Amino acid sequence: MLLEVEGLTRRFGGLIANDSVSFGVAAGEIVGLIGPNGAGKTTLFNCIAGHDAPSEGRIVFAGRDMAGAGPERCARAGIGRTFQIAHSFGSMSARENVMVGCFLRDWSVRSARRRADELLEFVELSPRAAVQAAALTISEQRRLAVARALAIDPRLLLLDEAMAGLNPQEVRQAVEVVRRIRSRGVACLIVEHVMEGIMPVADRLIVLDYGRKIAEGTPDQVSRDPKVLAAYLGTE
Amino acid sequence: MIRRAEPLALPAALALLAALLALPLWLRSPAHQNLAILMLMMAQLGVAWNILGGYAGQISLGHAAFSGIGAYTTTLLLMKAGISPWIGAPAGALAAAAAGLVIGWPCFRLSGHYFAMATIAVAEIIQIGFGNWDYAGAAVGLTLPIDRDGWTWLIFASKAPYYYLALGLLALTLLVAFAVERSFLGYYFRAIKDDPDAARSLGVGLARYKQVALALSSALSALGGSLYALKELYIDPPSVLSTGLSIKVALVAILGGVGTLFGPVIGAAILTGIEESTRTLLGGSGRGVDLVIYALLIISIAVYYPAGVLGWVGARLRRRAARPAAR
Amino acid sequence: MTADILLQSLLSGILIGLIYALVAVGLTIIFGVMDIVNFAHGEFLMFGMYSAFWFYALWHLDPLVSLPVSALALFILGVLVFFLVIRRIIAAPMLSQIFATFGLMILFRGLAQLLWKPDFRAVDKPLTAGTVALGSVQFGLPQIAAGAGAVLITLALWLFLTRTRIGAALEATAADREAAMLMGIDANRMFALAWGLGAACAGIAGALLASFFPVYPEVGANFILIAFVVVNLGGFGSIAGAFWAGIIVGVVEVVGGLIAGPQFKLAIVLLLFLAILSIRPQGLLGRK
Repeated sequence: MLLEVEGLTRRFGGLIANDSVSFGVAAGEIVGLIGPNGAGKTTLFNCIAGHDAPSEGRIVFAGRDMAGAGPERCARAGIGRTFQIAHSFGSMSARENVMVGCFLRDWSVRSARRRADELLEFVELSPRAAVQAAALTISEQRRLAVARALAIDPRLLLLDEAMAGLNPQEVRQAVEVVRRIRSRGVACLIVEHVMEGIMPVADRLIVLDYGRKIAEGTPDQVSRDPKVLAAYLGTE
Repeated sequence: MIRRAEPLALPAALALLAALLALPLWLRSPAHQNLAILMLMMAQLGVAWNILGGYAGQISLGHAAFSGIGAYTTTLLLMKAGISPWIGAPAGALAAAAAGLVIGWPCFRLSGHYFAMATIAVAEIIQIGFGNWDYAGAAVGLTLPIDRDGWTWLIFASKAPYYYLALGLLALTLLVAFAVERSFLGYYFRAIKDDPDAARSLGVGLARYKQVALALSSALSALGGSLYALKELYIDPPSVLSTGLSIKVALVAILGGVGTLFGPVIGAAILTGIEESTRTLLGGSGRGVDLVIYALLIISIAVYYPAGVLGWVGARLRRRAARPAAR
Repeated sequence: MTADILLQSLLSGILIGLIYALVAVGLTIIFGVMDIVNFAHGEFLMFGMYSAFWFYALWHLDPLVSLPVSALALFILGVLVFFLVIRRIIAAPMLSQIFATFGLMILFRGLAQLLWKPDFRAVDKPLTAGTVALGSVQFGLPQIAAGAGAVLITLALWLFLTRTRIGAALEATAADREAAMLMGIDANRMFALAWGLGAACAGIAGALLASFFPVYPEVGANFILIAFVVVNLGGFGSIAGAFWAGIIVGVVEVVGGLIAGPQFKLAIVLLLFLAILSIRPQGLLGRK
């Protein structure tokens, strides 16, 4: 298992955002993290990405304990992430944005530029390489974020609601990108609300509700699980 | 933007360089030479500030602390230990960089307004410290000895050598800024400025790289301070450590274009020009008036031209470049 | 150091601290409502002092008598400053905001120098002249009156913010601008009000100080840094915080000056500032 989350609990004062959640992500797997609003997906995500520290439990990545490690250490260990809002470096071009990620592995500007161009090609942003990031469309900025996160050569990529606000064609494009990421040998943990964006591509789904894991399995299994249906269609 | 003008760039640059090197020959009056030197020195301090403030986006309003440390270190080493400024100035740069490390450690955890205020507080504390430190002349200040002069001591009777020193130091500072801009440091600094959270997610240690920016910025500022001491032959807390100087250094960069290489140079030229003309036109009795003009300049830049002169020029060039494509 | 001297310092510190509190309350209202640090705040105080001085010099009105007029004048000035300058930089990058208010600071000092010369002025015979003795410690009556005035104004302001509808609207704008706008509160009007109140606070503090403090164009410089420290210690946006923090800072300044020497008073306060920023940047009662 590339990523092991064991008994992760996150409390905010009296509120329990995550309650003893455990699951794993194997190398090269695509795992989706779904659940109704308020289920604790973002909190869990932030703990894995190093932005937050769990109150209890362990996060083990490639054999190392990463709970509370901070975003920089997680990045250096091989965990990349995107954000719900694009967080592009607005004053830099698309290419330069990706280059920032490349520098984690190699100081050379020339090789960074080459790798950045290759990654932009990968997410089909090459024609926009010289455009200032602030001038890109939302969908383009999302793809840029993926290219940039891949630039640090991660083994696990955390995608945070990458499909929100995209039209159906853009969602299909994004699904394709996720598939291509897997073919590079990078595992993905994807928090997602847009079902058309995660069902076709996930190997496994983890379902959270009220901070607890209530189901785990293939998309097929999960979509038939009565507990999951109750959570989504229930009293909320 | 600069690429389009490339065929013209090299001959134009050489011509400019020649003109700059020959300046003391045709600008004879000491007052005018002094003005040119002041412009170069302000430009140098502005470029140094810009590395931290413009590139990395950490707005320091207490940068006089570093140029002041440079001035005092060079002066004290010269006066108390007879050490030449060729060693004293680099020592001052190291001292300033060390001070930067100490200052940066608590301050870089702060963002925005808090950081700016912290820098003001630090500079004030340092000014009060020097103002009460008898070894360093306290409020009276230090007067540099003129019995030792020439290139060993970097103390001269005429202005022309100082002009070349100032020009050389500015060139060195621009070179460092240019090298930073082109290297991975430049990218990291801009990333930290644009979006610190995204930078962290890419493995960029915020504190570490802010410290790097500060170390470079403070060391270069200290060299500028050392030159000031050698030129004026007298330093005291108000002349090298004041908040007014800190503001001016930041203003010069903002006026010309924060985050650009030559912005501070242009800003220094404009600001020094304005100061000189208001001083000569309105004289000492109009002290209120030149403050008012200075203030109106600051306010209008802040409100209407936050990207400074180069930013405004760049935007217009970009608009012109975009027009053919629209056809 | 005798107990008497310590007691005197403590009480002096509280009295000046109350003035600091009033100045800081004005600064914190502006920051709380619109997230802008007003570097020109000391100049509002300066104008308050000059207003009190000129009423005294020209029409023999004591600063305490002309105080309401000074307060009103500064309120109007604050509103004008908002509409002429601040309104244009609300959405601007922080650098612009810092430099805009910095520019205002220099502008006001320059205008004061131009209009009234750099000479030091003073109100020679204030209504509150004289001293009061409490055992072996002595206090100037002007200082006590100023402290009392500061408490009253701060209290009045606090009541205004918590007990009136406009006050509630102001608090709402401070807490969540968009939500307030959705409820029909005009954000611009609230901002203008914040600037008016902020300037008035500083102006009133100045008028109170005029009875015993010298009046000159750069007098604001003495107070702006300290006001920052107070606002930070109390918590940006918190009036109660600014009040208690003002007293604390006043005491620290005077007692610190007693222990280390008066030339280091400001340095000690600033070191306290850096300590707060390092340990608890949101201050005692701050929100962020």
